[in-house]
Amino acid sequence: MNSAQVASRPPTDWASPKMRTRIARRYRSESIFRNLGLFALVLAASFLAFLLFTVVRDGWQGFLSTDVKISITYDPAVLGIDPAATKGPNAQAALQAGDFQAVMAAGVAKLGDEADTVSEGAWLVLRKQLMEDPALLGKTVSVWVPAKSTIDLLAKGKFDLSKPELERGVSDADVAHFNDLKKAGLLRTGFSRIFITGADSTSPELAGIWGATVGSLLTLFVTLSLAFPVGVLSAIYLEEFAKRNRWTDLIEVSINNLAAVPSIIYGLLGLAVFLNFLDMPRSAPVVGGLTLALMTFPVIVIAGRVAIKSVPPSIRDAALGIGASKVQVVFQHVLPLALPGILTGTIIGMARALGETAPLLMIGMRAFVSDTPVGLTSPATALPVQVFLWSDDVARGFVEKTSAAIMVLLVFLLLMNSLAIYLRNKYERRW
Amino acid sequence: MTVMDLSAQNVPVARGIAETDVTTKMTARHVNVFYGTKQAIKDVSIDITRENVTAFIGPSGCGKSTFLRCLNRMNDTVDSARVEGEIKLDGTDIYTGDMDVVQLRARVGMVFQKPNPFPKSIYDNVAYGPSIHGLASSKADMDSIVEGSLRRAGLWDEVKDRLTESGTALSGGQQQRLCIARAIAVDPEVILMDEPCSALDPIATARIEELIDELRGRYAIVIVTHNMQQAARVSQRTAFFHLGTMVEYGNTSDIFTNPVEQRTRDYITGRYG
Repeated sequence: MNSAQVASRPPTDWASPKMRTRIARRYRSESIFRNLGLFALVLAASFLAFLLFTVVRDGWQGFLSTDVKISITYDPAVLGIDPAATKGPNAQAALQAGDFQAVMAAGVAKLGDEADTVSEGAWLVLRKQLMEDPALLGKTVSVWVPAKSTIDLLAKGKFDLSKPELERGVSDADVAHFNDLKKAGLLRTGFSRIFITGADSTSPELAGIWGATVGSLLTLFVTLSLAFPVGVLSAIYLEEFAKRNRWTDLIEVSINNLAAVPSIIYGLLGLAVFLNFLDMPRSAPVVGGLTLALMTFPVIVIAGRVAIKSVPPSIRDAALGIGASKVQVVFQHVLPLALPGILTGTIIGMARALGETAPLLMIGMRAFVSDTPVGLTSPATALPVQVFLWSDDVARGFVEKTSAAIMVLLVFLLLMNSLAIYLRNKYERRW
Repeated sequence: MTVMDLSAQNVPVARGIAETDVTTKMTARHVNVFYGTKQAIKDVSIDITRENVTAFIGPSGCGKSTFLRCLNRMNDTVDSARVEGEIKLDGTDIYTGDMDVVQLRARVGMVFQKPNPFPKSIYDNVAYGPSIHGLASSKADMDSIVEGSLRRAGLWDEVKDRLTESGTALSGGQQQRLCIARAIAVDPEVILMDEPCSALDPIATARIEELIDELRGRYAIVIVTHNMQQAARVSQRTAFFHLGTMVEYGNTSDIFTNPVEQRTRDYITGRYG
């Protein structure tokens, strides 16, 4: 009876209108899906392009600065330096103690009305010049010193001069001074060494990114040297040695949850444990590094476990089968094969730590630090915190500095991610 | 004809073999293996001799691989596995404290179903075992161990000019012979082979079978196979496993031409499996 039913089924008409509609519908849904996917991709790419475009547009001039040419007389009397002392063993100290602000004021005064165009901190340039070349003492030289921020911004064309004075953010007097100086050929705009080599300052024209960069590097050094070994060893233990039971399940869940905890919570933890309980120094890279290590550690454990798990069991069998001990199997076979994956995860975790702001705010790394940090305990700030601080500053000149700092941060992130991709491609193994 | 019930016997005796002309290398007595609560091996007792190739045959899931992995304690790596009974190598119980598991696995080498060379050079693949066990006193010594092992595995002529190339770049059959070379480089007494040809083509299989025949006598060889022709070709003794028990054990020729047990007869003639 069954076979009769089967036999009585009519032959399929593959060309029937119903069949054709079904096929057309299938093609239609496929093309809709493809177009949606393409649209999403284009949207994402244009967001990224827009972000990069605005940052570069606002930021590239942050790497430039405007200098004013002034005539300076290094008069020992005004400086208060005994010329005899500059020959002695304490020459540098004697030079450094000079009253350069007075020399500066005298030089600037010669500009007349345009005196208000020079940066307040310009005397630092004079001190540096004289300390490098003590023979200049008593001589009169032309020196390029940083212009104040308003002049710098005028030189970069940041103001719309067609607007009325109150709306454009720059006074008529400054514009007039700028035009006079420009006509006299006393202005030049070029690559800013101060921005690349200096630390934070209250004046935009004297602010630099190097201090924050060093702070970030010191912080990341602490993070890496703590989170990497602890993370990798934890991953190895959990994956290769720990027995599967309720406790390891609990630990696994906890670590996965830790990776998802908002970073500000780590900041609070760092504040409570490292600063309040352990009484470690505020604003120090070592504390920042410890806090970020707590945050990076679960990322490394998760990446490490995935990498270790992806090493085929046949490799472990092979090594065990010729009498390798468990430790030999792990360190001579599993770990070398898992290392590219572990490194990739680590670098991505470090890149996240590099871009992290919130926890560092909590442990005091948002302090104003005008010196480049020299050690793990000296006060420091970090690149993203510097971006945050400058973006918060009311001075108009910090707008472009903020974008320039973002560019520096992005360059570091790009370098780290490229390294991760390079390592992954170079050491990726196929079985 | 007398039907012998091996599982009830204290001392299993392979039929028709004069016990004087062989050396017993490994003995298993009343071995039970559990995975959790599930019993995978039920009361298996067997003697493995040095002069013969012993084949374990049986349908899928009958426990032949599980039992094989007990012989060098590879089952230790499975958390839920529990082994009862007594397995001895040269009279020493391998599951007691007297026997170090690392040394045991050096003495009882293993070749796996899927060729699994290390992703290292051919030379390093073979040299790894001797180096971790400290078997070579010098570089020259190691060179000769590597060459000797590769020669005995019949691979030397094919790879002697490219010892620094990766072991994974070889063909499947060459990889499996490399794994055999790696196993014999530590000079084991027993070699366990877990379906060594199941991932290979017929020509590579034939080459491995020749190799097993060449290695016979020097090493006690135990081979698990689901290919009955292969068991008939390479082995002198055959044990038939079914549902976790060893149904019958004897001379290969007897098992294949004149099995005692009905289940063996059915399997041999292809009624199930």
